[in-house]
Amino acid sequence: MFLVVVAVAIVRARDLFAAAMLFAIYSLLSAALFVVLDAGDVALTEAAVGAGISTILMLAVLALARRYEHPDHGHNRGHKGVALAVVIVTGAVLVYATLDMPEFGSPDNPAQVHVGPYYTEQSYPDMGVPNMVAAVLASYRSIDTLGEGFVILTAGLAVFALLSIKPTRRRRKHPGEDNDDEEQRP
Amino acid sequence: MRDNGILRIVARFLIPLIMLFGLYIQFHGEYSPGGGFQAGVVFAAGWILFVLIYGLDAALKVIPERAMFILMLLGVLLYCAVGVANVILGGHFLDFYTLLPSPHAAQQFGIITVEFGIGVTVATVVMLIFTMFARRKSEWDEAPYEAEEDD
Repeated sequence: MFLVVVAVAIVRARDLFAAAMLFAIYSLLSAALFVVLDAGDVALTEAAVGAGISTILMLAVLALARRYEHPDHGHNRGHKGVALAVVIVTGAVLVYATLDMPEFGSPDNPAQVHVGPYYTEQSYPDMGVPNMVAAVLASYRSIDTLGEGFVILTAGLAVFALLSIKPTRRRRKHPGEDNDDEEQRP
Repeated sequence: MRDNGILRIVARFLIPLIMLFGLYIQFHGEYSPGGGFQAGVVFAAGWILFVLIYGLDAALKVIPERAMFILMLLGVLLYCAVGVANVILGGHFLDFYTLLPSPHAAQQFGIITVEFGIGVTVATVVMLIFTMFARRKSEWDEAPYEAEEDD
């Protein structure tokens, strides 16, 4: 419930600084939700990455960009109608799809009958590691985790490639007329 | 922010604790929630707090940018090396069983090593991204103007 309120507040916020902080609150609330669902690893990740690092990075970007979003001049009303229709249709399809999902927590849904029981029963006898999440991530699914490592590495290299070029800025042609040159900021 | 006494004192107290907590969830990951990703991010968060209080230059003296590059590559390479070592010893890629005689010990050794590689990579990548953005600001402030065009 809180999540919905915060999400609406993020969409409404024109002040990007406030939006960044609201994103942090949203992540923290999700982390609390994961704790309630007894998913400690996911909660820890959400709190550290979502509420911590991504907020800091957004603030670092805000130091480069302008603080306020463009005001809406109302010249794209038509697009808004189309966008609203697309969102409503997509949402309706997704809600319709959830009707086909197995009952929440039912013992015979696919998540509980495929490889799940093997991991639950065998991970401790196999490797003597009490935290099943670590056992699945680093041993049973270690090649997936290797892939994630490469994703992180690629992200770092991509940011370096984009931001290591020295910036140049456009000279303001008509001083005081508008702030168009601000948009040239990287 | 740098002249604020309260912030300096509190940060001086908190940074070691944050980094220690990062190491704790790194190496205690098989017994309690945690692992390489979370540990790397928490460790990097401690370093970013250091940047915010003491400035980027001081922080880059502790961990230079070149070291970040080398460490982020070494992290992934360590992960791959564990897998390849297994192949050389006659097992499957990332199977861990051939590393040590006892299967439990081998699995735990493999998991800890692999998670450590992930942790190092995540921590240094986050630090590197933050460094790039933080330095962009100062570069932008001193950036030369482009030649003026007439239209």
